Amino acid sequence: MSLLIMKPGLLTTVQDLGRYGYQQYGVIAGGAMDSYAMRMANLLVGNEEQAAGLEMTVLGPEITFAAPALIAVCGGGLAPLLDGQPLPLWRTAHVPKGARLHFGRLPGGCRAYLAVAGGIDVPVQLNSRSTYLRAGIGGHQGRALRSGDVLPVGTSSGRAAAWAERLTRGRGTGRVVREPMNNRQLEERSAGNSGAEAAAIAAWYPVPAMIPDYPQAPVIRVIEGEEYEMFSSESRRRFQSEPYTILPESDRMGYRLSGSPLSLVQEQSLASAAVTFGTIQVPAEGAPIILMADRQTTGGYPKLAQVITADLPLLAQASPGSRVRFRLVTLREAQEQLLQRELELHRLRLVLQHV
Amino acid sequence: MENEAEDQVLYMQKHTNEGLPRIIPLGDSAVSVIFEAAISPQTHRRVRAVCSRLFSAPFTGMIEFVPSFHSVAVYYDGPAVLRAYPQYISEGEEYYPFPIVAALLEEMLQLAEEQAGPVPRVVSIPVFYGGETGPDLEFVAQHNGLSVQEVIDIHSSADYLVYMLGFAPGFPYLGGLSPSLSTPRRPSPRLAIPAGSVGIAGDQTGVYPLETPGGWQLIGRTPVALFRPDAVPPVRLQAGDLVRFYPVSFSEFLAWKGDRL
Repeated sequence: MSLLIMKPGLLTTVQDLGRYGYQQYGVIAGGAMDSYAMRMANLLVGNEEQAAGLEMTVLGPEITFAAPALIAVCGGGLAPLLDGQPLPLWRTAHVPKGARLHFGRLPGGCRAYLAVAGGIDVPVQLNSRSTYLRAGIGGHQGRALRSGDVLPVGTSSGRAAAWAERLTRGRGTGRVVREPMNNRQLEERSAGNSGAEAAAIAAWYPVPAMIPDYPQAPVIRVIEGEEYEMFSSESRRRFQSEPYTILPESDRMGYRLSGSPLSLVQEQSLASAAVTFGTIQVPAEGAPIILMADRQTTGGYPKLAQVITADLPLLAQASPGSRVRFRLVTLREAQEQLLQRELELHRLRLVLQHV
Repeated sequence: MENEAEDQVLYMQKHTNEGLPRIIPLGDSAVSVIFEAAISPQTHRRVRAVCSRLFSAPFTGMIEFVPSFHSVAVYYDGPAVLRAYPQYISEGEEYYPFPIVAALLEEMLQLAEEQAGPVPRVVSIPVFYGGETGPDLEFVAQHNGLSVQEVIDIHSSADYLVYMLGFAPGFPYLGGLSPSLSTPRRPSPRLAIPAGSVGIAGDQTGVYPLETPGGWQLIGRTPVALFRPDAVPPVRLQAGDLVRFYPVSFSEFLAWKGDRL
C-alpha cells in the first residue's frame, strides 16, 4: 500500500510525535506541531499514537491512494475532500483504491494531520520518523514532500482491518460520500482513475468536547519562565494584558510576535541552557519569540514564560496575523490540564476498543 | 597523551561549599537542575555527575536530559510519573507530577555528588588551516598582532573542553580558547558557512557540523563529520570530551579516510 503525492501543498511533511533521546547532542525534537490532532488521527485509524502521518500546512496536498485505506484527518484550517466531496474532519473513513484526497480551506486553524491505518512507513532515523528539514534526515528523504513522491504505508492493526471490513460492508456506515458524480469525476471513472467503489464514513466519532475549535484570537495559558522575575513589572503586566500578533516570519521553529516590547530590569547576558516546546524567550530588542516543534535544543535569551502543554495545540493552529493573549496560571493548574487531556485520550482509547 | 589529559583535568569530585543545585520547572513537562556557579570546568564536572547518574539510574517517566554550562534539563512524562510513584503522594498533599519529580531528583543529587565523574575522552580533530576554507585566518592574525603560523600553533596546542552541545546537531560549545586569539564576530554574518568550518567568535572557538548562516571568523576546515545520523551516538564530540585540533595539509584534508563530511 502506498500514497501517491500528486501535488505537495504548501508544506507537507511526514511527522510523528517527535525525536526524543538525542536533544543532548543538539538534535531537535521536532514532531507534529499539533500533537493532539496527530494522536487523535492515529487513534481513529487504529494506529499507535506515535505512528507517522502527514502534517499539512494551510494549502493541502493532493493525494491518490494506491489501494483501499482507512484514514482520518484531524486538525484545522484545511477542509478535506474526497473526489470533490467533503469528508468530515475527526472521523474514520474508508477510501477505495484510486480515491483522490485534496483540500479546501477552512477558517480556524492552519494545520491538518492525515493518518492512514498502518502509518507512513518511512525509515526510522534516530528513534523517529519525523522530518528534520535542516539536517535533511527523517521523514521522506529528509525533506518536505514533492509531486511524484510515493510514500509506503505499513500494515494495519487488527482493529483497523475489522473497521475497514465493517465500513466496506456498509454496517456501521454513517453515510456514503459519493453523491452523484460531477462531470470530472465521471470522466475520471471512465478513464479508470477512480474506483467505482464508494468511500464510507464511520458512524462513530469523538464527542464534540474532544474536538477543539481553533480560535483566531486564542487565549494561551502560560506559567512563569526561569527569568520571569528579572523582567520589569511593567513588562510582566503588558505581557498578560495586551495582545501580541503572530508575525509572517513564524514557522515550525518558532513564532515571532509583535506587540508591546518587553524588557529586563537590567540587561543581562545568560549562558546557553536547554529550552523546550512553548518556551517564550525575549531577545534584547524586546519582541518575544515562542519556540515551537523544530526549536533548537538550547538557547541563551531570557525565558519570560512557558506555554502550558495542554494549550500548545491551540498555539500551533494559530496562523500568522492571529492575535494571541496570554494568561498566567500555576504549574499545578498546567499539570492538571495536561492530566485531564491524557485522561480523555485514555477514555477514547478504551471506547475505541469496543467499537 | 591520554594520561597527560587526565592529569590536566582531575576528575575526582572535589566538594565545594556551594549548596545543592536548585530544581525549578522548565514548563510543565521538564525541570532544570541549576548550579549557582560560574561557568568553569568544575561546575561542568558537577553537571556531568548529574548526567551520569540520570543515565545509569533514570526514574520511571523520565524522557531525556540535556546538559548545559551550569544546568541540566530533565524532560519527563507527568502522567507516567504519577502512575509510577504513588508512594510519593501522601494524603492531603498536592497531587501533580512536579513535586514528585523534584523529590526524586533531590534524592538522586545526593548520590550524584558522591559519584566520581567519568574520565574524559580526548578526541583529535584534523584541521586544514587557512586557504579558501579559512578565509578569516589572516584577519584573526592581524587583529591579535600574530603571524598566521602563530595563530595555527596556538589554536592547535590547547585542549578544549566540550561544555555542551546545542545550536545544531553535534555543535560543541568549547572552552579553553587562548585569550591571545580572541576575535570579534564578523560585522555581517555570512549566509552559508560550509559544514566542517572551524571558527572563532569572541573568546570561543567551534566547528560547524551543518551548513548554516553565521558570523564566526573562519580559520580552517575539518574533513571530519561531527554529526553522523546513522552512527551511535550520532555525534563525534560529546559533552565532557577534550578536543585537540591538529594541522593537516590540503592533500591530507582531501585524502581523509575517517568519518567524512
